[in-house]
Amino acid sequence: MFESETAPTYHLETVEDNQFVLNLGPQHPGTHGVLRVVLHMDGEYILTADPVLGYGHRMQEKIAETMTYTQVLPYMARMDYLGALSYNQAWVCLIEKMCGLEVPRRAEYIRVLCVELNRIASHFLWFGAFLLDLGAFTPFLHAFADREKILDLLESVTGSRLTHCYFRFGGVGADVDDDFFAGAQAFVDHMRQHLPTYHSLVTGNVIFQERTKDVGVILPFETWGYGLSGPVLRGSGKQYDVRRSEPYSIYPELDFKIPVEQSGDCLARYLVRLREIEESLNIIEQAVAGMPDGPVRSKVPKIIKPPEGEAAMAVETPRGELMIYLVSDGTKVPYRVKYRVPSFANLSIFSHLARGQLLADVLAILGSLDMVIPEVDR
Amino acid sequence: MNWSYAQNIITGLVSLVKGMQVTMTTMLTPSPTVEWPSETAPLPPRFRGHIMLVADESTGFARCIACGACSRACPSNCIQVIGEKPEGVKKKSPTLFQLDFTKCSLCGLCVESCPVAALAYSRDYALAGPDRQVYSSMDLLTGFASPLTEQCHEL
Repeated sequence: MFESETAPTYHLETVEDNQFVLNLGPQHPGTHGVLRVVLHMDGEYILTADPVLGYGHRMQEKIAETMTYTQVLPYMARMDYLGALSYNQAWVCLIEKMCGLEVPRRAEYIRVLCVELNRIASHFLWFGAFLLDLGAFTPFLHAFADREKILDLLESVTGSRLTHCYFRFGGVGADVDDDFFAGAQAFVDHMRQHLPTYHSLVTGNVIFQERTKDVGVILPFETWGYGLSGPVLRGSGKQYDVRRSEPYSIYPELDFKIPVEQSGDCLARYLVRLREIEESLNIIEQAVAGMPDGPVRSKVPKIIKPPEGEAAMAVETPRGELMIYLVSDGTKVPYRVKYRVPSFANLSIFSHLARGQLLADVLAILGSLDMVIPEVDR
Repeated sequence: MNWSYAQNIITGLVSLVKGMQVTMTTMLTPSPTVEWPSETAPLPPRFRGHIMLVADESTGFARCIACGACSRACPSNCIQVIGEKPEGVKKKSPTLFQLDFTKCSLCGLCVESCPVAALAYSRDYALAGPDRQVYSSMDLLTGFASPLTEQCHEL
């Protein structure tokens, strides 16, 4: 183990009898990426759990300072590869806000439609991976079969299956055709029929209930201090969603609810995500029904040069609140970019939750936080 | 044996039956996967593969005018274009068009930036080669694309 100021150091000499140090990761399927958790254990119980970050650090903020505003766009999808379109949206909305660019209404509708599809795809992957952590293999296959339908839809629009780079300043990359709308509507109908299967397969399952109920309880008063957001926050009874609290795009015009659960345990976070899938289906249906005609991209200058100053933009990604803070010095290259990513903040409560828990429960807690490690490390 | 213990067993059995019900219905529905490589899933028309040059229909040469817009637009710096002006012709034409596909992030900014629509996405996705060189310096001018490519499309 390396000694440094930031990494927690545990030597065998300092560990008492009957206690030991267990390294969970960096190559461990339960951590969903290159996250290392140093667990100080007493038998099966966790004394302390320290996440060690940075294995996937790619200097995203520094990279952004060396690129033009357009060139940063593809990098957005590399941070959170599961919610790539939310990141796309945050960046383009930020630049549009700063430069005062107009976005055609059709483009806004297409954006929301794609982002919500992306959100469902992300939740499906989480659903599969979370249940794999708990030892259930079948739900994973169900989730991936349904996720495949979304990926096919998004691939037909954006051209790629995972790291989408589709939104552009002042609109979207290319117009979509009626096949896509028909496909999205067909998917909504399919999911409405298929979601009860998810519940009958998993939610009511005794083993699943035993593994998640009252495990990793986040109390409501703890949430703000740790900066939690997204389903992790809403699982603890706080009704906070950027789409409602700081509305952007066309969300104020859409009719959808913010699912909230009170108990704050892994089961609550699970239920919030499943209900979010239902709400996203509602949004998709409304976006398809209300899709206006018209252009999908307004005239924007070829070289984007935001005026001198600073701006911030927050969007709701599948994992929570993403905020991008940008300082511009009036040139075609950003002066400073700061990403406030949801996974990183949500991970901060992990060592608090893990203390005193069983090792198997720690994996359930880690899974229920739904982290994307490149986003944590960025 | 107390009552709650028996109740647990009953709920366990019920959830087992429910689980098996799902298994049986899934067994009877068609499989979402295809048997690659004997079957392939259809590629959407907007599929973004590596870039390739588009031929000018009248001359048969690459439409590229070697302006370097793609190379400047690229965030990963993976396109190298060198061009010269042949005698008696108005437009420049490329003498070297090299793509470092190992660095490419497939964002498509080069295709969008091209003023004469001389770039297109290849439909080639099953990429594998005997050595790194094949993809780290792809010469797009030879046959305008990788030899594996069968068809192209213009956006």
